[in-house]
Amino acid sequence: MNIAALSIDEVRSGLLWRRFSAEELAAEALRFAEAENPKTSAYLYFSPERAMAAARRVDERIARGEDPGPLGGVPVAVKDVIVTKDVRTTCGSKLLANYIPPYDATAIERVEAAGGVILGKTNCDEFAMGSSTENSAFGPTRNPAALDRVPGGSSGGSAAAVAQGTAVVALGSDTGGSVRQPASFCGVVGVTPTYGRVSRYGLTAYASSLDHIGPLARTVKDAASLLHVIAGRDPRDATSAEAPVPDYSAHLDRDVRGLKLGLPREYLKDLQGDTAELLAKAVERLKSLGCEVREISLPATDYAIACYYVIAMAEASSNLARYDGVRYTSRAAGAETLADMYRRTRAEGFGAECKRRIILGTYVLSAGYYDAYYLKAQKVRALIARDFARAFQEVNAIVAPVSPFPAFRLGEKVDDPMAMYLSDIYTITGSLAGIPCMSVPCGSTGCGLPVGMQILARHFDEITMFRIAHAFEASRN
Amino acid sequence: MKLTEQQVRDVAGLANLSVSDEEIGKLHADLEGILEYFDKLSEIDTSNVEPMTQVLYEAEEGSTLRDDRPAPPLDNRTALANAPQPGAGYFKVPKVIER
Repeated sequence: MNIAALSIDEVRSGLLWRRFSAEELAAEALRFAEAENPKTSAYLYFSPERAMAAARRVDERIARGEDPGPLGGVPVAVKDVIVTKDVRTTCGSKLLANYIPPYDATAIERVEAAGGVILGKTNCDEFAMGSSTENSAFGPTRNPAALDRVPGGSSGGSAAAVAQGTAVVALGSDTGGSVRQPASFCGVVGVTPTYGRVSRYGLTAYASSLDHIGPLARTVKDAASLLHVIAGRDPRDATSAEAPVPDYSAHLDRDVRGLKLGLPREYLKDLQGDTAELLAKAVERLKSLGCEVREISLPATDYAIACYYVIAMAEASSNLARYDGVRYTSRAAGAETLADMYRRTRAEGFGAECKRRIILGTYVLSAGYYDAYYLKAQKVRALIARDFARAFQEVNAIVAPVSPFPAFRLGEKVDDPMAMYLSDIYTITGSLAGIPCMSVPCGSTGCGLPVGMQILARHFDEITMFRIAHAFEASRN
Repeated sequence: MKLTEQQVRDVAGLANLSVSDEEIGKLHADLEGILEYFDKLSEIDTSNVEPMTQVLYEAEEGSTLRDDRPAPPLDNRTALANAPQPGAGYFKVPKVIER
């Protein structure tokens, strides 16, 4: 059994054919992950008791002749912005370094009800703010494909764990690209479902109108299976959608011949180097599968980064106001008044990126600036959404790059926040519109760095997105 | 100049964040650069566009609502378990008002 390359199907058949028990698998997965983790620091810490208890429950089910569940015995890694009851959840921040949540996120409940075995919590940019996992208060994570490079962010730890083989699948979160970009950088599959497809209950809020929980896996099929487990209406999240959850896996093998795909000209105009070449090759491959590819226009693209960051920072400044040293965070010592305690706790607790976003978010919401920035950005958001709606009248799905470049070196961009923001150009647009989008590996650069291709579809049309990605993936193997 | 160092401190104050003298220089430079970039938004015509406050789709009236039925809350001990300074069943904080 090659623990680093297992798929959900292989775990299932291994258990049902009694090649191994869930407890044996969990113990081996933990051993392997703990041994390999120092190379990349994908995980912040492991939850062995919880993992073994979950594995034991799966073995008991099997012994009773019951189905082990769609994720029965499957080792899962969870980004540390998703709360896990009685297991530390830090959000990559000093403020929550010792926070033990009293509840599970809905996605966690569903993973465990499906038999999933949670091995531990993975590293991320602080409060999910960043594109490299370098903003974690606990040190960066390294890209398994190239240890001197970033894994991407903010779900860098989850992407690295899946790429490294220290988890079969992982949960991440995506607000402006934080599942798709690390998936692309690490060479794995990363999915951002339709906004509202997966409950945000228990996902530490960054920007509430943009946040999503999304699966990462080594194959499209495994990502689709994990999505099926966590998706669906949750009364505890008022933004979670009623729309029924189809059986994504059942539709994966449908022929993609005749599907119309759009390539946004605004995304391609500045794309260069290996990334441009690999995307062009991927498009040729899609054509050879029978897809019709045409150029489309998304005219508001040029304004998308400004639009995204105004909205995201504004919402973040509001969502991060709760970290105040009173109820569940660390507290600065020696403050004499409440006001002083708030300021010092937050000044000492937040990293530089969070502080930037809180201050800018507060600024764009403040009296005199609200109309020019926040309200204006919301109108631009409507235009971006309209661009996609118009495009989807002509095409079934959109193909795009994920990032202008592959994984950069650790430390290369930390001093230039604006450069980091500009690199999000291809992923923020899907988030703003709330449409499903995913990254699927489409090759490596000359020096072996993975590159992903993005596929975007209409609201709740994850099936079309998965079909295309699956056909593409299969044709490369 | 879009904003002065003092304005940065004032806005930070609104967010209950204090900014140190070591931080203020770089922070101010970074924020200036980002705000200048945000000005791009003024170039695009959005007259007659309704602001999009969140992602919306077709749904039944009231489908996001549930019955107003109270459920058991967190018990006091659990709620205080992560508190930096709990005491007598409360969250303790430094004094609110200077006498």
